[in-house]
Formats: sequence, C-alpha cells, structure tokens
Amino acid sequence: MTYLADVVALARKDLLLELRSRDTLPAMLLFVVSTLVVFHFALPSDAGDTAATGLLWVALLFTALLGLVRAFVAEREERVLDGLVLAPCDRSAIWLGKGIGVFAFLLAAELVAVPAYALFFQPVGWELVAAVLLADVGLAAVGTLLAAMASAGRARELLLPLLFLPLVIPIVVGGVGASVTDDPGRYLAFLGLYDAVFAILSWASFEYVVTE
Amino acid sequence: MIVARDLGRDFGSKRVLRGLDFDVARGGFLVVTGPNGSGKSTLLSLCAGLLVPTRGELLVEAERGEIGYVAHESLVYRELTALENLDLYGRLYRVPERRERIGMLLERFGLWEARRQRVGSFSRGMAQRLALCRALLHEPELLLLDEPYSGLDRDASELVDGVLTEAAGNKTVVVATHDPQRVRSFATEALALA
Amino acid sequence: MTAAAFLLLGTALAFYWVPNAPIEGFRQRIFYFHVPIALTAYACFGWGAWKALRLLWTRDRRYDLESYTAVHMGVIFGILTLLTGSIWARTSWGHWWVWGSRQLVLFLVLFLFYAAYFMLRFSVDPGPRRANLSAVYALFGIALIPVSFLAIRLSEDLVHPVVFTHDVQSNLTATQFTTFGICLVGMLALAGSLYVNELTGKRVDARLRELREALQ
Repeated sequence: MTYLADVVALARKDLLLELRSRDTLPAMLLFVVSTLVVFHFALPSDAGDTAATGLLWVALLFTALLGLVRAFVAEREERVLDGLVLAPCDRSAIWLGKGIGVFAFLLAAELVAVPAYALFFQPVGWELVAAVLLADVGLAAVGTLLAAMASAGRARELLLPLLFLPLVIPIVVGGVGASVTDDPGRYLAFLGLYDAVFAILSWASFEYVVTE
Repeated sequence: MIVARDLGRDFGSKRVLRGLDFDVARGGFLVVTGPNGSGKSTLLSLCAGLLVPTRGELLVEAERGEIGYVAHESLVYRELTALENLDLYGRLYRVPERRERIGMLLERFGLWEARRQRVGSFSRGMAQRLALCRALLHEPELLLLDEPYSGLDRDASELVDGVLTEAAGNKTVVVATHDPQRVRSFATEALALA
Repeated sequence: MTAAAFLLLGTALAFYWVPNAPIEGFRQRIFYFHVPIALTAYACFGWGAWKALRLLWTRDRRYDLESYTAVHMGVIFGILTLLTGSIWARTSWGHWWVWGSRQLVLFLVLFLFYAAYFMLRFSVDPGPRRANLSAVYALFGIALIPVSFLAIRLSEDLVHPVVFTHDVQSNLTATQFTTFGICLVGMLALAGSLYVNELTGKRVDARLRELREALQ
C-alpha cells in the first residue's frame, strides 16, 4: 500500500533529521533532568509522593513542548513543507510520519526522565510507564498538528504553548491518575479514549492545516 | 491546460494580483514578467496549487504528481544529503526506477560528486541545481519555474537553458523571469504583471 | 426585539415570581442566569464548530466569518458564565473560585482554549490559511468539551475530594422550570441577535472595503 510506504518514507526522514540535529536531543535530556532537580528544591519536605508524581508529568509536558516547538522548523526553512504538500501523497501521511518522529523523541526523553525520577524521588510502577506511553501517543498526535498550525503564524514559539496546554490537560489528569490512584485502569482507559479521539481528529484534519 | 479568469489574490489587505485573464494551452510556454513585488511568485504558487485564488478562477489541468515546481527556495532539507532528499521525493512521487533516475539527474546537473553532502553545505547554485533535479524527478507534464536563472553562474544557466529547450513543445511551461530575452525563443504566450 | 422581551420577562420572573429555593434562598436565583448563559455558550461553540465543518467541507470562505463570530459569542458568554458562576460560588460557599465545581472548571479550560483561538487568528494573516486553521481548531474545541468534562470528573479523585453541586439537580418545580425555560430562551435569543448583529456588521465592513478598492 502506497500510503504505508509514504508514511514509512516520511517517518524515516524525520527520525534521520532528529538523529542528525545533534543539538535537540541532548538539550532535551538535560532539560528534563534539570527540571527534576529544580522540583526537588521546589517541593516542601512534607509534600507527599503524589506531589512529586504530578511534577513529573508537568516536566514531561514541558519537555514535549520544547521538542514540539522545533518540530516543523526544518520544513519551514527552504519551504520544504510546500514541497511535501505538492507531492501526490496523502497529506495525513506527513502528519503520521512526523508524529512517529515526535513519539520517538518523547520516548527517548522519557528513557532518561523516568529512571531519573525513580532515582531522585521514588520507585516507579508499571502503571506510570503505561500511562507515559499512552500519553505520548496523545501528545505526539495533538502536538504535531498544533506545531504545524503554529508554524503557519507569527510568534510561533509563543503560540504553540497557548494552543497546546488547554488541549493536553486531560492527558495530565489521565497520567497522574494512573500513576497515583488505586484504580489505574480507569485512567489508562481514559488516556486511550483521548488518544483515539484526538488522533483520529488530527489525522483527518491535518490536510486542512497545511493546505489552503 | 491553464485557464485564469479574473484571477485575484489578496494577502490580508494587500492586493497582489487582480483581474488576470490568460490561457496556456497544453504544450504552451508562458513567460511571466514584471518588477519585484508584482506577484510573479504568487502566480506560480497559485498554478502549483499551494495557494488558492481569493477572487476569480484558476483551472489547472494537472494532478499533483504531474507538476514540477521550482521556487526561490530549494524545497529540500538542508540537513539531509542530496541523495536522501531526492530519494524521499522519489518515493513520494512514486518515481519508477528511482535510483537510476536520481543518478541520471545528479550527473546531468553536475551534483553526482556532491550527492552525499548535506544540502546545507551547498552553494546557492548547487542548491538551485538540486531543486531542478527535484522538480524533474517525476517527469512532470507542467513545469513552473520561478526565476530559474537567479543566482546561477554561466554553466548552471546553460543547464537551465537545456531544460527549457527540452521542455518547450513537449511539456507545458510557465517561467517567471526578470530576463525575458533569454527565454523569448521558447515563449508562446507572455504575461506582464504590473 | 424578542430577545430583549424574553430576557426582561425572564429576569422579572426570576426575581419576583419564583419562590425562594428551599435551601439556598435568594442567592439561588442566579441559577436562572448562570445555567442558561452556560448552555448558550455551549450552543455558540457548537454553532461555531458546525460552521467550521461547513467551511472545510465546501471550502466556501463565507463560513469563516460565521464560525469566528459564533466562537466570539461563545467566549463572551463563557466569560459571563465564569463571572456568574464565581458570584454564585461566593454567595453559596464563600469563595470567589471553587475547583470543586465541575462546570466552572470546565469553562475555565474552555475559556483558555478559545482564548488561544483568538491568539491563533491574530498570529496568522487573514486569508484561506487562517480560515482553515481556525476551523480545525474550532472542531478540536468541540471534541474537547466532553473529553475535558470526563477528565475533570476523573480528576476529582485526585485533586479535590469535595464536589460542590448546587441543589438544582433535584426536581424543579413547575414555576422554577418555566422561569428557567424562559431565561434560557431569552439567553439563546440574545446570543442569536448579537451573532446576527456582529456578522452583519463585519460583512458590511468587508463590502465597504471591497467597494473602496474597486473605486481605486
């Protein structure tokens, strides 16, 4: 199926770009670890374990934001996005390919963040890991689309957080809920619902974000 | 192949194109001239389908995979190599015998030795030549060239001449240029923008 | 204007005709404003999303202005919801803001979301691209409403165990229901007339601009 081939070609391209841009990934990892250290100093001693978990999710969110701001920078230079849009492939394949790239990027950041969190604060259960994975899908889906939107305007570094944060509040609820409550299944299911709704919506509407 | 009726395009409150009427037959060669800011690039973007008219109509009888577009920017990734860029486009445009075709184009445009170099390290002339490779990769029926000679040295300019010579009569071509003399021999229609 | 008539009638009824609610007393009367305003805001956002869908479906740019105006109305009513909700919270529980009120929190999230809608529009030059982006964003907004509501409900186990509800979920008496109904119709009519007003105004502006250009 050519659609799948297109997605693979685009995803490969995005992963290649991320590996080549030697600045973004180390910066993200450093950012995440620094943030966790800041949280240690920001939490009063009587704050419970759950407060720290909440802050982990905040850290993940802002790390995602930092990565997303750069998501379409390569496509804006030299108007590459126009080149991709002109190609006969489905535009949603661009979203999917880029989304896979963003997802991989988030995973890489979390591979450092979660162990660091376990080291600095408290051990981490399977529920948190599952929640992070599910959340990544939602963050990548929505983030990729919003990054493309923001990059069409001025002040895109300012605009993206404004568009992003209200939309991902449910992810925070789902993520923190799955990590701290006794009934993670409900929250994980909710994350799954969020992912389904917004991934489908993003997939279907990306075409309109990059064309006129 | 291209029909424009009262074509207009605004950018916010700025009118860039207004009331254009022209026809380009299949196999025709349209030369678009005009000073800077007169909307030549906008017109080409409209023909490519990247922009839509805000007024009037524009009919282009070419599918997305049949259009070859060269702009001021190269439309290639600076962090990828020439080969990687063309391979990506080759896949997206479903170019048959991709590898051979890419090799042939790189050779023709003198980029074979540089094929594994990051495009970011290319000179303007090299990037422009790569853009031509990209645009010709899928053997498009409609060629849209936005000031293809700008920034090119004499050798590269002759390559562009070669492309135009080949295309004239076989493909439909629209060229926007500051230097209409150079392409006068190919032109079947002309359009001067204010 | 029928809207004004309905609203005046509704206000009068709310203040004079309906007897005091059993538990909350006089302060409960703000319910007759707060909830219709909230429902009207939802209706505006829904209308905006519908117009957005039409825009994307037909690529007719006329719908951009309609969608934008509807969202604008929605935000105005949303702010009013937050204000009336805040007043109600203050009079009922003594605080200007309560995280325990699901409706209030939901409107806060929606307010942030739709405020960003305007930032998006400011940030992109007017034209087909901006129309598309706004439309997609408006559709995301509609999807966000139920998902956010669910999230807020789930979050109550995490953040605030105490949930504040007003004593109106239980059966409304006939008089209460009628008053509520009239206020609701009044609010919707108000939103509708403001919408038509603003839309016409903007259309006239655009037409004027076009005519001015044609004369040049």
